[in-house]
Amino acid sequence: MKKKNYEAWEGFNGRIWKEEVNVRDFIQKNYTSYDGDESFLKGPTDATVRLWNKVQEYQKEERAKGGILDMETKIVSGLTSYGAGYIDETTPELEKIVGIQTDKPLKRAFMPFGGIKMAEQACTTNGYEPDPELHKIFTEYTTTHNQGVFDAYTPAMKSVRHNKIITGLPDTYGRGRIVGDYRRVALYGIDYLIEQKKKDLALCGDGTMTDEVIRLREELAKQIRALGGMKEMAAIYGYDISLPAKNAKEAVQWLYFGYLAAIKTQNGAAMSVGRVSTFLDIYIQRDLDKGIITEEEAQELIDHLVMKFRIVKFARIPSYNQLFSGDPVWATLEVGGIGVDGRSMVTKNDFRFLHTLENMGPSPEPNLTVLYSSALPENFKKYSSKISIITSSVQYENDDVMKPVWGDDYSICCCVSATQTGKEMQFFGARANLAKCLLYAINGGVDTKTREQCGPAYRPITSEYLDYNEVIERYNDMMDWLADTYVNALNLIHYMHDKYYYEAAEMALIDTDVRRTFATGIAGFSHVVDSLSAIKYAKVRTIRDDSGVVIHFDTEGDFPRYGNDDERADEIAVWLLRTFLDKVKKHHTYRNSEPTTSILTITSNVVYGKATGDLPDGRLAGAPLSPGANPSYGAEKNGLLASLNSVAKLPYHIALDGISNTQTINPDALGHTEEERINNLVQVMDGYFDQGAHHLNVNVFGTDKLYDAMEHPEKEEYANFTIRVSGYAVKFIDLTREQQLDVIARTCHDRL
Amino acid sequence: MNTDYENTIGYVHKLETFALVDGPGVRFAAFLSGCNMRCKFCHNPDTWTSKGERYTAKELLDYAMRYKTYWRGNGGITVSGGEPLLQHDFVTSLFHLAKDHNIHTAIDTAGQPFSLSSDYLERFDELISVTDLFILDLKMMNNLGHKKLTGVSNENILEMARYLSDKGKEMWIRHVLVPGVTDDENDLRFMFDFISSLNTVSKVEILPYHTLGIAKWKELNIPYPLEDVPVPTKDQISRAEQLLHITK
Repeated sequence: MKKKNYEAWEGFNGRIWKEEVNVRDFIQKNYTSYDGDESFLKGPTDATVRLWNKVQEYQKEERAKGGILDMETKIVSGLTSYGAGYIDETTPELEKIVGIQTDKPLKRAFMPFGGIKMAEQACTTNGYEPDPELHKIFTEYTTTHNQGVFDAYTPAMKSVRHNKIITGLPDTYGRGRIVGDYRRVALYGIDYLIEQKKKDLALCGDGTMTDEVIRLREELAKQIRALGGMKEMAAIYGYDISLPAKNAKEAVQWLYFGYLAAIKTQNGAAMSVGRVSTFLDIYIQRDLDKGIITEEEAQELIDHLVMKFRIVKFARIPSYNQLFSGDPVWATLEVGGIGVDGRSMVTKNDFRFLHTLENMGPSPEPNLTVLYSSALPENFKKYSSKISIITSSVQYENDDVMKPVWGDDYSICCCVSATQTGKEMQFFGARANLAKCLLYAINGGVDTKTREQCGPAYRPITSEYLDYNEVIERYNDMMDWLADTYVNALNLIHYMHDKYYYEAAEMALIDTDVRRTFATGIAGFSHVVDSLSAIKYAKVRTIRDDSGVVIHFDTEGDFPRYGNDDERADEIAVWLLRTFLDKVKKHHTYRNSEPTTSILTITSNVVYGKATGDLPDGRLAGAPLSPGANPSYGAEKNGLLASLNSVAKLPYHIALDGISNTQTINPDALGHTEEERINNLVQVMDGYFDQGAHHLNVNVFGTDKLYDAMEHPEKEEYANFTIRVSGYAVKFIDLTREQQLDVIARTCHDRL
Repeated sequence: MNTDYENTIGYVHKLETFALVDGPGVRFAAFLSGCNMRCKFCHNPDTWTSKGERYTAKELLDYAMRYKTYWRGNGGITVSGGEPLLQHDFVTSLFHLAKDHNIHTAIDTAGQPFSLSSDYLERFDELISVTDLFILDLKMMNNLGHKKLTGVSNENILEMARYLSDKGKEMWIRHVLVPGVTDDENDLRFMFDFISSLNTVSKVEILPYHTLGIAKWKELNIPYPLEDVPVPTKDQISRAEQLLHITK
């Protein structure tokens, strides 16, 4: 292949990345590791303060109006649906990085391709009336993803959905979880990317028109059109992104245009940004070395980029908000990590991104993720620990376990799930409620809530006391059925999504020869483990209603619980995870994707809990399930580290989609001085991740603060009070009261 | 004492894997059962009884070792209580075993069982030899007041501090600040003078009284003697810190 050599690349090293689209190679040949401390960082500029104040005014207004500032009712969102929009249209010159989703900040776009019903409901439930013409177009003239899915669903699939044993299927909106390699726009410019995709199209198939070839040819054509659309979109803001970015400001702006294209065309549950920090540092460092940018200006670019990520919004329906509370978009963005060659990939820019939480205060978005290793530079570990302690806005994921699987250029594509940047996409959706499945196993497929025969009518358990071996046998059969139904519902959903709501803009920034993973999920994990442990180590008596359905359990005696570093319970946990994945793997997965699973629930643990009856571990019907892979409420008897050790025993390679663990530590229990707290938190994370654990959400506050924020949300200090929940961060006051109480009920580690 | 350290028996009230304020760094804390003091502000009255879970020193050490990965040269094992010196041989055995693995050891004690008798000192010297840090709670200097507050004299407690100082053993001094009870200005001045006379104190800490322990008194059906005493204010805490010359 001919080597390109753009003027914009002057001073950059390397060869391979000039011969092909290969951002990783560019990064590895050009980044400057930084192992110093945070003393170089600069505060916000005047422009940043003014813009951020403006955004906060909008956010206040949005909250006062019940969560929605403004909605589009006429224009269908697309790359070029709107003219230029600014945070403050009277002072566009303040914005170093430009571009918003609609014509006004926080105004939510109309996105009907996932499902017209959902788009309309999002309007009407918030007091807006969508244009009737849109209804006509998207029902009579064209098919949406949602329509396609419901046309093809089987009765069994509708039943598992309705009985809420599978919840959160992405059948009414965008599936998300696809991270375009937005860095490509900056490094190569759009023209080169179009050229490459045209080559791929020319090489696609040998002329024999199989389904696969036809589909791929059509997808490539859509991608090429989307790339052209991105150029037009940038032109509206006065930029020509045909060619590579020439300096740091352009690099940040070009990259953001790539992301903006994604969020203008897709309303996926997760619209992640990806691993952009080290990449952008290369441009900033080049300009710093040339003396054409100051550190203050560099920080300003990052602050303004992050400000844009903080105001990404989508129109949602109430049932969606119950599952994913607090208006999250998972604009997940990574810092840290160590390269395959052993060099730390921490740059000054990784500090700058964390520093945005100081310059503009705590924030749930972007979902800042530290790719952690005990081998990261000490100064960086201490700084991120410090930021966690003061903002509770950061999550940690173990680079040492992810790197062997995904290499050193992966991104996090949702809450916690890794994906190779620019090389991979995910078919994700929903969670299987394994706690409910256990009840189905006991009751022969009858749902204790709806009394419907949702699962297959296998023999129910009729004995008064539950026998462990019998329960395991029945549970295995019921999980087989559940995995089968679940995988096939997802197969169908993703087929329709590809057909009716294809992510052309994002896929245009991903290799044509894409690797696909198929990510399933588990809910109710800790309760199943504890329930099986109760059946094995204590005596569990069944209590039935008149129809013989078991509706309550009387558990006599003590039993080991997950979360205490007790082998007896923890080995059941590993068994459960392994067994479920094995069952998923048996089935065909769409487009030959690789099946994985996760233990993460987002805030949906509350909704899942509502649909789940009494369990043998003592959890009562309707009570929230514990989130993600967290041990159950009140189960942890030996302190935080025993709990961490239990979670750390779950092998990451069986749950490649992620094992989410959220912990809250009282600052007084972490140490008496700031220095003690910082060092102790670093040690806790070193110890946890060195055991192979995958993920940790770190909250540092006492429950008294949560109570006060719940009762006095109007207090200024709580406007941006951010907490980590399973898989993302939210503003505490944006949670429903029910979820707030759930957060408060969770163990706060506060040995005083 | 015998030298079969591994099989020495102890009784444990509770284990805490995440004890970050009970000694330097990240610590595994074992709260042993039993105490002869009856401090009115005790937040662990459930440790007064000597009943507890039975462990051999080896079993407890093996359990603690699961958390070694979190210590990283800045942490270790703290034995607290109850009053750990009531299970002297067990603590000595546990720490002998810990020292074989180069683990930092600390005792959080109120010193009540201490005595200057030669029998006691022989055993105490052995314990000192395997203990890196003594965290000593000083409740009050005035002996009459001390007796009223805790039910016992403080003479031997102060003697223990002096003894540790003479032996060159590192100490932290802690004082629980209860408003109107342990915050008398003169008493705190005496306490400062006393601490100043010791050579090996590396840290002095005020522990603000809290009411989290009251529920346990109620569970045990013991009337709580400090029912209406409030927690100290920030000002009260900083005043006490000034009197003890604590700089943060």
